[in-house]
Amino acid sequence: MSVFSPATRDRFERLAASYPQPRSALVPMLLYAQDELGYLPPEAIAEIAALLGETELGVREVIGYYSMLRTAPAGRYHVQVCTNISCMLRGGEEILAHCQRRLGIHNRQTTPDGMFSIEEVECIGACAWAPALQVNYDFHQELDPAKVDEILEKYRRQG
Amino acid sequence: MAERPAYPAAHPAEVRVVSQRFGDPRAATLAGYLDTGGYQALGKALGLNGGEAMAPEAIIEEVKKSSLRGRGGAGFPTGLKWSFIPKGGDKPKYVLCNADESEPGTCKDRLILEHDPFAIIEGITIAGRAIGAQRGFIYIRGEYRYVLDIMQRALAEAYAAGYLGANIRGSGFSFDILAHTGAGAYECGEESALMESLEGKRGIPRLKPPFPALSGLYGCPTVINNVETLASVPPIILRGGDWFLNIGLPKNGGPRLFSLSGQVRNRGVYELPLGFPLRRLIEEIGGGVLGGGLKAVVPGGSSTPIFTAEEALGLNLDYDSVGKAGSFLGSGGVVVINDRTCMVRFALRVMQFYRHESCGWCVPCREGTNWLQLALTRFHRGDGRPEDVDLFTDVAQNILGRTLCPLGDAAAMPILSIVRKFRSEFEDHLHGRPCPFAAESSAVPVA
Amino acid sequence: MPETPSKPAPAAGAPPAPAEVHFTVNGHTLAAAPGTLLIEACRAANIEIPSFCYYPKLSLQAACRMCLVEVEKIPKLQTACTTVVAEGMVVHTETPTVQAARKSAIEFILTNHPLDCPVCDAGGECELQDMTFRYGAAVSRFDEPKRHRDEQQWSPVVYYDRPRCILCYRCVRVCGEGMDVWALGVGNRGILSTILPNHQDHLECEECGMCIDICPVGALTSGAYRYQTRPWEMQHVGAICAFCGDGCKTTLGVRNGVILRGDNRDKNGINGDFLCVKGRYGTDFTRHPERLKSPLVRDASGELRPVSWAYALETITDRWRGIQAAHGQFGVIGSTRCTNEESYQLQKLARRVLGTNHVDHHRSADFPALFDALAQPAGAAARPLPQLADSGALKTAKAVLLVGGDPTQEHPLLAWNLRWAHRLAGASLYVLNRRDIRLRRQARRMALLTHGTEADAVRYLAAPQRGDPPQAELTAVSPPGDKRWPQTPPSTPQPIPGGLEEFRAELAQERDVIIVFGPELTGDAVQALVRFGASLPGHTRYIAMADNANSRGAADMGLYPDLLPGYLPVSDGAARAHFAAAWGGDIPAAPGWNQRQMVEAVDRRELDALYVVGANPFRLDPVNAATLKSCFLVVQDLFLTETAQAADVVLPALSLYEKSGTVTNTCGEVQSQRRGGSFEGAKTDLEIIHALARMLGADFGRPDADRVFSEIRAQVKGYAVSLVQLMAGRGALAVPLNSAVPHQAAPQMIRPNHDSLFTAGTLGRYSATLNAVMEKHSRP
Ligand SMILES: Cc1cc2nc3c(=O)[nH]c(=O)nc-3n(C[C@H](O)[C@H](O)[C@H](O)COP(=O)(O)O)c2cc1C
Ligand code: SF4
Ligand code: FES
Repeated sequence: MSVFSPATRDRFERLAASYPQPRSALVPMLLYAQDELGYLPPEAIAEIAALLGETELGVREVIGYYSMLRTAPAGRYHVQVCTNISCMLRGGEEILAHCQRRLGIHNRQTTPDGMFSIEEVECIGACAWAPALQVNYDFHQELDPAKVDEILEKYRRQG
Repeated sequence: MAERPAYPAAHPAEVRVVSQRFGDPRAATLAGYLDTGGYQALGKALGLNGGEAMAPEAIIEEVKKSSLRGRGGAGFPTGLKWSFIPKGGDKPKYVLCNADESEPGTCKDRLILEHDPFAIIEGITIAGRAIGAQRGFIYIRGEYRYVLDIMQRALAEAYAAGYLGANIRGSGFSFDILAHTGAGAYECGEESALMESLEGKRGIPRLKPPFPALSGLYGCPTVINNVETLASVPPIILRGGDWFLNIGLPKNGGPRLFSLSGQVRNRGVYELPLGFPLRRLIEEIGGGVLGGGLKAVVPGGSSTPIFTAEEALGLNLDYDSVGKAGSFLGSGGVVVINDRTCMVRFALRVMQFYRHESCGWCVPCREGTNWLQLALTRFHRGDGRPEDVDLFTDVAQNILGRTLCPLGDAAAMPILSIVRKFRSEFEDHLHGRPCPFAAESSAVPVA
Repeated sequence: MPETPSKPAPAAGAPPAPAEVHFTVNGHTLAAAPGTLLIEACRAANIEIPSFCYYPKLSLQAACRMCLVEVEKIPKLQTACTTVVAEGMVVHTETPTVQAARKSAIEFILTNHPLDCPVCDAGGECELQDMTFRYGAAVSRFDEPKRHRDEQQWSPVVYYDRPRCILCYRCVRVCGEGMDVWALGVGNRGILSTILPNHQDHLECEECGMCIDICPVGALTSGAYRYQTRPWEMQHVGAICAFCGDGCKTTLGVRNGVILRGDNRDKNGINGDFLCVKGRYGTDFTRHPERLKSPLVRDASGELRPVSWAYALETITDRWRGIQAAHGQFGVIGSTRCTNEESYQLQKLARRVLGTNHVDHHRSADFPALFDALAQPAGAAARPLPQLADSGALKTAKAVLLVGGDPTQEHPLLAWNLRWAHRLAGASLYVLNRRDIRLRRQARRMALLTHGTEADAVRYLAAPQRGDPPQAELTAVSPPGDKRWPQTPPSTPQPIPGGLEEFRAELAQERDVIIVFGPELTGDAVQALVRFGASLPGHTRYIAMADNANSRGAADMGLYPDLLPGYLPVSDGAARAHFAAAWGGDIPAAPGWNQRQMVEAVDRRELDALYVVGANPFRLDPVNAATLKSCFLVVQDLFLTETAQAADVVLPALSLYEKSGTVTNTCGEVQSQRRGGSFEGAKTDLEIIHALARMLGADFGRPDADRVFSEIRAQVKGYAVSLVQLMAGRGALAVPLNSAVPHQAAPQMIRPNHDSLFTAGTLGRYSATLNAVMEKHSRP
């Protein structure tokens, strides 16, 4: 039994076939697997390892290296606040503090309802539009606390 | 609900080459791209428009003539890099487009990828033709998911119209491109770490030699270039190397994108001729410093040594001038810092980044960045000791030049320059004195 | 981002590389072969270059930055571990800059090191301690909190202490590249990097302990040794491993006569860097609580009771004299774990004192068949010599044919050497087996037999025109980079019609093949193998794989009913005369019974006395308890084995680790060792045999192994090996080849144990550590 949806399974197979060596598909596969499952549980690791003919250890080595990949669940909306220099100079740390206050959780924690989690992240390439954050893959830029509240509220309503 | 960066109108001082289609919605589709002069360069290179096809050597020659230098960080002459690829041989060859853009202060490749995806595809294809490759990869940082989507749509369109794949537009030349996502690792922007990552491994840089031109991706000859570098190629081929060279300075051909960020009024990404005065960028284009006077400027992304206000205001933005002044043009990330900013805090934030991003392979980089981050944290908190200031320099000096890849240097150089140039600020933190800037945040609000 | 740009490729058509390059280090001109690493070239010239991550023959890392040196014309310091020497290169290894770089590398490493040397097992044998002493600073400037992580137990024998780990990745490489197990990896990134075991929180592996051995610090420690002693409180005695037939040298750590560990401290044996789980951890059988401490004699009530040595020996000799007087039959079964000296003296006792040829041992390879096949037929053109390969020859072999056996499980050193040849010398390995053994991953070609036996296949290779070939599927090497353990799932082998024919044709292209074969080949199959080997071009050599530490020695020393020492037939008058003269007494001419025939004779009440030394024959040939009553059974052993439980007299013997003498590994490499541990109450087999002989009126002289070995060198064909070589701790190849070895073919008597990595016949049962490891591995 696969832990992935048939579409994802299918995508994985196409992905592995599209490189000169199937292992090249590993990082994208892990990211897409995480997109679907929210994190990378042991069964997902085992399945991907088997798909590529790699060891689970080899897959875990890779997961540990990349900061976007995780082996434990995060919130449905993973709020990633950049505090690197360009954001810091424009209030990125205040935005982080504001998010923590609003959601009642600290960095790397998840709200009890599993809706939000917060992570302080390194530069996300929004320097000229700082301060910025990403919720999952969505960029939100030129933030101030009020705008953050609006954004969080929108996600909360979305459920 | 992704928000797109704003499409800035061109500033009069800008020379728009790679940014020529920014804000032009037509560039999103192949038809629109063709309408706006797209694929003329590839047509010229492959002889699709009735003319004679250019020999691969002639393409390289044109790029050499343009004096195009890498926009990713090191500023290596692009034509020369291409010419290192051995002719012939039975191994496949690869072109890699480095779209990992992770250098703090840099947000320009994202705009090209977003606003002009076909230009990148065209540039990679021309590069492939020049070095005899049949395959290219675009390595896009994992956070840029919407960019990956844009790129994949563009690739599909290019394939459908015969601009990619077997026998491109009947030219006899075949070329494939795949867009690939990373998953969060600054180090994967380093060329050999990127290749490891693209092979599905941890992004640990490789020993060199062998160099990528001989043994790169899958052990095959490989050219790796930055997004902006490759996007510069079609205009160069179309309008000639001389044209491009003459926009900039000798050995500093063309304009390039500068990401202007920090405490400056009009932040944004501007395409300026190389040699453009930094003072004009900050004052004229940037509209001046926000929240105070100018204290310091980072010229080329967080890893480049910092300039004081005085140094910065006399500086011209080209590879050689910035180099002579003791720093690098790097990735073109200009970060403006006002005089209410604590430089200890700034140094600490930079070190936090390198500690987080060190791949951990080399002892000096792994342990040194950790040590500096811990010591700077303590120091900034007010628990500094007089000898700490020299310790910072010493530890950084012990990282510098002693690591496998340049990330170690990238971590060491900023702190070395900050301590040297802003020593008094460090001393102001001593003897239990609180951070002089701590009372209020120096951060300038957006509004 | 500044960085060094890519450099141009060296010009094509460059002049051919010279045989030697010349360069200067610290003002001395040195020469080395092109391609030599600077660190190796310097070390060869006694110029010290410190390193942590560099390890000879493993892939290069350039991670620790300890080996930085100055190379003129290059602005940055260079890592000597990755720099290849070049003509005219000028190197400085002791400038202030270099010294400062080393000092700072040590300082960096120590920033997160717990400095718990007083309680660390590696204290006193720690490279970090040594380097800090030599190159480091006296005080640390690092004043920040260190990261703590709890120690982790990954297996019964492997513990990992992350804070002590310096991330040199040697363990990862030796496990992967060296062992082909790939059970260790690197997790996380940057300062959080850590070594990972393959199953999240524990290891599933061969438990070889190579990772512990190669760890330069105390990050990986041995569950079998930790916290027992300090290294400087032990004597370190070189010994030959008591387990398999490969004969690895292990260094025993002995305190107050107790063997506390086995390891590979000196790395100067035939096994180089290698030691397997048994050699490393199995030594604890010497401390097993059931170890026999006193002779036992069965009393009137039928119980075995402790008695004095004098009483036990008198009981034995009284009974034996009685049986001699009544012209009764004696049987003697010797050991595959005793020394050559003991085996030699035991068969001498049997033949010359007890007057019997009913002598045997537990056989696991058909050595007589091999030596018979290799015999130079009178008048034939001489084949190139030597025809036997030593274990080291495998490392440099160009091609190897492996028939039968499973070296990974049964002969770990041979497997290590085969992988070495594959990895570092590019050897072609051909595997012929019924089972999909793990060495397939190194094989250029594997013939996986689907029908028929290895013997059938070999007969076909030798004479393809006759009959249908046994069915085989040919598989090539597994895909490169396949790191799955324990075994790659069968990669759907491609059946090839007449597959063996193709296998044969490919092999026929190889020169100088070494043929290694397992117990599947006996008698005429061995003859066929040698015929095939002789048809190959170049110089073919052979290795037969036998189970135990001195299986080969037992065979060489004549523990056969029909063969005298050196494979001379007992039926041959001249051979008998030779030994009769040497031993001062007659030898019976008729070949005796083998082990099974002796047990059958017990059942027929035809055997009156059976003397079993260091063997457990009733495990394989169960005896009838009722008829055994009429046979006087003496067993000499470490433990009360199945056989010893049935004995009338049991004599406690010392183990191989507790005695001096020589042993011969399965390839024929003779090695000498000195007594390591001691054990109160037991005696060496040599002492016991000599005492029994003396009490029966034959003087075997002082029970001194050196004296007996002199006799062996003089009397046993092939054993006139170099003493210098032995004393230097190296193996000396014994080549006991005669004109022919007429031998009672008894293929049914070749009964290998099929030991796994974690078992070793009867002996292995008494190692607590091996049992713990095995128990873990048998858990689902
Ligand atoms: C730590 C590190 C990170 C880097 N990150 C990037 C990056 O994100 N994008 C990029 O184009 N180049 C990056 N580079 C530079 C690349 O290694 C390489 O020089 C570049 O892709 C070459 O392209 P160019 O010659 O067109 O500049 C990085 C280098 C280092 C050492
Ligand atoms: S310098 Fe840092 S990032 Fe680069 S290889 Fe060494 S440890 Fe990794
Ligand atoms: S020994 Fe050269 S870097 Fe470690």
